[in-house]
Amino acid sequence: MTLGEQVLKVRSKNAGPFWVTIDIFCGSPEVYQRIMSQIDTSRVAALFDTPLQLVRRFDIADLHVIKFSIPRPVVQGSRSDRDMHGAQWACLLEEMPL
Amino acid sequence: MPTRVLVPSGVLCLGFDRDALARGVAMRPDIIAIDGGSTDSGPFSLGAGQSKYSRAVTKSEWRDLMLARAQAGVPLIIGTAGTCGTDATVDWMYQITVELAAELGQTLRVARLYSSQPPARVAQALQDGQITPLTPAPQIDADALLAMTNIVALAGAEQIQAALNTGADIIIAGRTTDTATIAALPLLRGDHAGAAWHGAKIAECGALCSTNPTSGVIVVDFDETGFTVEAMHETALCTPHSVSAHMLYENTDPFVLYEPGGHLDVTAARYRALDARRVRVEGSAWVPGRYTVKLEGAQIAGYQTTILAVLRSRHYVANASAWVDKLTTHLNTTIARRMGLDPSHYTLEFRLIGVDAALGNQENRSGSPVEVGVLGIVTARTQAEAAEIGKLINPFVLHYPLTEDEELPTFAFPYSPATTDRGALYEFALNHVMGLDDPMAAFRLVVEEVGA
Repeated sequence: MTLGEQVLKVRSKNAGPFWVTIDIFCGSPEVYQRIMSQIDTSRVAALFDTPLQLVRRFDIADLHVIKFSIPRPVVQGSRSDRDMHGAQWACLLEEMPL
Repeated sequence: MPTRVLVPSGVLCLGFDRDALARGVAMRPDIIAIDGGSTDSGPFSLGAGQSKYSRAVTKSEWRDLMLARAQAGVPLIIGTAGTCGTDATVDWMYQITVELAAELGQTLRVARLYSSQPPARVAQALQDGQITPLTPAPQIDADALLAMTNIVALAGAEQIQAALNTGADIIIAGRTTDTATIAALPLLRGDHAGAAWHGAKIAECGALCSTNPTSGVIVVDFDETGFTVEAMHETALCTPHSVSAHMLYENTDPFVLYEPGGHLDVTAARYRALDARRVRVEGSAWVPGRYTVKLEGAQIAGYQTTILAVLRSRHYVANASAWVDKLTTHLNTTIARRMGLDPSHYTLEFRLIGVDAALGNQENRSGSPVEVGVLGIVTARTQAEAAEIGKLINPFVLHYPLTEDEELPTFAFPYSPATTDRGALYEFALNHVMGLDDPMAAFRLVVEEVGA
């Protein structure tokens, strides 16, 4: 199963021109607990080709949300940017087998 | 002193429900505050010093807010006027305000807060050790700063308070933090500092913190222990979940938010439903620190010409990646031979829409699309050079065969001419903060009577 098939929603968005932030909305305490223990930060780093030490992770129990923030793989709007608002990166995490 | 702030929507031109606005005005707010922009749409607005929104929509919504202000008899403030908050867009917004004041028969005191930074000032601050890079930051030096088309500093609460203290009816602010225009008055009146910044962050996107995000209008009550938030549209409910979840939005860190002069820490904040519509928040903390303002800058990174072709034949759709690789090699050779250009002078990139245009080499799925869009992007040192490369590649993008022994194909060009000159490519060139001894040292206030 993919991560997306197990949770409510995965979304990504710029957090300023230099960062992108990805929110996994688990929807319930049970799903949150399971995903939180299964999802490995180093896998997320590899998925986005980002050094592990630059990946910021927040496990937010109150919201049943797991949040990752990473430096944008390319700076927003630079020559090689393909997605001005950074919303498609969520697809990579959503489709990750878990 | 308790302070009531009315926020009509997340940004001017996003629309708001008029009945909800009327309900907000009837609640007798102490100030009406709205945001005018952000970096979210990319570097063009800042680079060119232009609003990304239509003037007609801006004027139409600003008219509604000027009428609401007159009815409420309180200040109206817009932050980051004209999308990017440069001096040019502040003046653009001021001109719209002057026109409306005449049309509506209003006599107003209008304050303009300017945030643009002369590159020489920032270069001096760099030399004085007052510029600190954030992570990740582009490399800068004096030459890079002097080459930027626009640099702005993000004003905080202190600069907005200076504008409020002029007794202005309307404040048109250049670049500010998203929160400063909302937090300024509660802070000025001695409300809880953590609550002022936290409530401002919750409110800065309007009703996005409610169950009906597009309805726009919300009201926040600030006091000495916390804040209470309520959406004005009848079907929009603020719940502890909808309000606290907003801290995730476009934030790297959902608990800590840096502002000029310190940071907000909401780790200990508690969200409580007062009823089905309203949420009370207490426990947020303001942690004072060094007085710095964030800088944003944009520079020209070249000039672009684009071309779009669509592949529909099964043969070319199935072999699109191989075809575009071969085409690119051929074109680079031809550009070198015909124009004498070296690859360091320009870039030519094709993106295959239907294959991996959004994610590039990070794409890990493949499929069998019906058709493939071929978006060619040329970036060169001048527009004339980019346009010339565009003309050179045009016939090949239309007719280039996959193998030498097959008939020349003809792909679909959606329009004529097939190339489009895009103008300058701007890029963000600063992710730094600048230390200030006096918050007003990098900002300017101009106050004028309008419509008299």
